[in-house]
Amino acid sequence: MIEQILSYESWMAFFKDWTLFAQAFGVTVMVSVLALLLALALGVVFGVMSTSHHALPRFIARGYVETLQNTPLVLQAYVFYLALPYIGVMIGQISVGIYAVGIYHGAYIAEVVRAGIQSIPKGQAEAAASQGFTYVQTMRWIILPQTIKIILPPLVNQMVNLIKNTSVIALIGGTDLMNRTNDWATTGECIYGPPFLVCGILYFLLCFPLATWGRNYEERLKRRDIQSTDKPAATEEAAS
Amino acid sequence: MIKLCHIHKFFGANEVLKDVNLTVNEGEKLVIIGPSGSGKSTTVRCMNGLELPTSGQVFVNGIELTKKNRTELVRSTSSMVFQQFNLYPHLNVLGNLTMAPIKLFGKSRKEAEELAYHYLEVVGLSEKALVYPTTLSGGQQQRVAIARALCSQTKIILFDEPTSALDPETVQEVLNVMVKLASESITMVIVTHEMGFAREVADRVIFMDNGTILEEGTPEHFFLNPIHDRTKQFLGKILY
Ligand SMILES: Nc1ncnc2c1ncn2[C@@H]1O[C@H](COP(=O)(O)OP(=O)(O)OP(=O)(O)O)[C@@H](O)[C@H]1O
Ligand SMILES: [Mg+2]
Repeated sequence: MIEQILSYESWMAFFKDWTLFAQAFGVTVMVSVLALLLALALGVVFGVMSTSHHALPRFIARGYVETLQNTPLVLQAYVFYLALPYIGVMIGQISVGIYAVGIYHGAYIAEVVRAGIQSIPKGQAEAAASQGFTYVQTMRWIILPQTIKIILPPLVNQMVNLIKNTSVIALIGGTDLMNRTNDWATTGECIYGPPFLVCGILYFLLCFPLATWGRNYEERLKRRDIQSTDKPAATEEAAS
Repeated sequence: MIKLCHIHKFFGANEVLKDVNLTVNEGEKLVIIGPSGSGKSTTVRCMNGLELPTSGQVFVNGIELTKKNRTELVRSTSSMVFQQFNLYPHLNVLGNLTMAPIKLFGKSRKEAEELAYHYLEVVGLSEKALVYPTTLSGGQQQRVAIARALCSQTKIILFDEPTSALDPETVQEVLNVMVKLASESITMVIVTHEMGFAREVADRVIFMDNGTILEEGTPEHFFLNPIHDRTKQFLGKILY
């Protein structure tokens, strides 16, 4: 593998087929975006349900989160892939991948959203109730907008994991970046080095900027919090 | 207007309200006093469904307040001002004031803003419409909270210790606004220890102790000849 990375011929062979990789990279990006949208929608719905005053929605949300978090994603993907045709749902491997990854990360995002909601002081929901906002309106207009700042860093973390986990599609035969890389490398002359290196770089290029942005955002937030807790003390000093 | 009939409230095994009976008449200014933990907040919170009594009935404008109808009933009948202000920190002052009129009462943005500016003028904060609540002093925040309550244009406003979280210098600016409101036809239920204020605006004062209404009368009654020793003791503490 090391020799291949240094070998001019294997890079030439690889670059001859670069459009195949570009196309597969496009699939991975598309799957990531769609799975993310699904995961966000599920995460908000189940996150809100798990803070409900009623037992039933809380129970359903718990069941979803615990089931999805405590079984392997690979197993879930296989189950989706193999079980869906039995109930008459025929969808391609890529779609199965989107659903599997979206539903899996929805469970993690639900927990992020739940923690965010619970970090908002109780007085906010009480003020909303005293004005006559319903539970859903309170969430939509008052609580969730306030959680965005708090949940963004863990959410970005989930996004990065989600992007990497779309590679589960390779296992069920969808032609994403991982699958294409493996396929190309194991056919014909078995050139592993360049495709796997480039594959890794491409995932890195998707994830690293996102993760860095998330970390910087969190740092900025912390600094601002420190400043704002400093402020009252400073004014007290000035007053005394 | 508001009627509490045989209200009992338990938190776990702790009986916090013990057979509270109380009628607040239309336009009345009722002040509730009493030592910490005597059940003042719980009584007021039963009036707008923030707490549901363990047994007994609450009527607002002749309609029984229940778990099912509380959101709608409260929306059109009462507003509340809290000790901790509970302004929405993600919205500026104007946003805090226009949210309920737009989302709950179907007003256009223009109508809602006119309403908001009108009540901001009432509380003397017209120039603060576009700033965020956290940049305001406690007294200013509480005046915004009063304006927010006024924007719902309900006949009843509940105040739970509106000046207890304020610096001594800013208490008066909030009380002044409340005195101004008291001259209107609004029904006001006010938990407060500001006896000077009570004397100025209250039609009736009730003294709560250990989950019951121990004594009621005019402010003069409480200043001149309170009956119970508990009342004398308490007044002795807060007046001197
Ligand atoms: N959500 C709750 N859960 C458990 N106990 C509660 C709850 N809310 C109030 N209590 C208890 O009920 C009692 C009455 O509380 P309440 O807040 O009505 O008193 P209060 O007269 O308003 O006192 P304060 O002057 O301190 O505000 C207190 O003993 C309090 O600890
Ligand atoms: Mg209280």
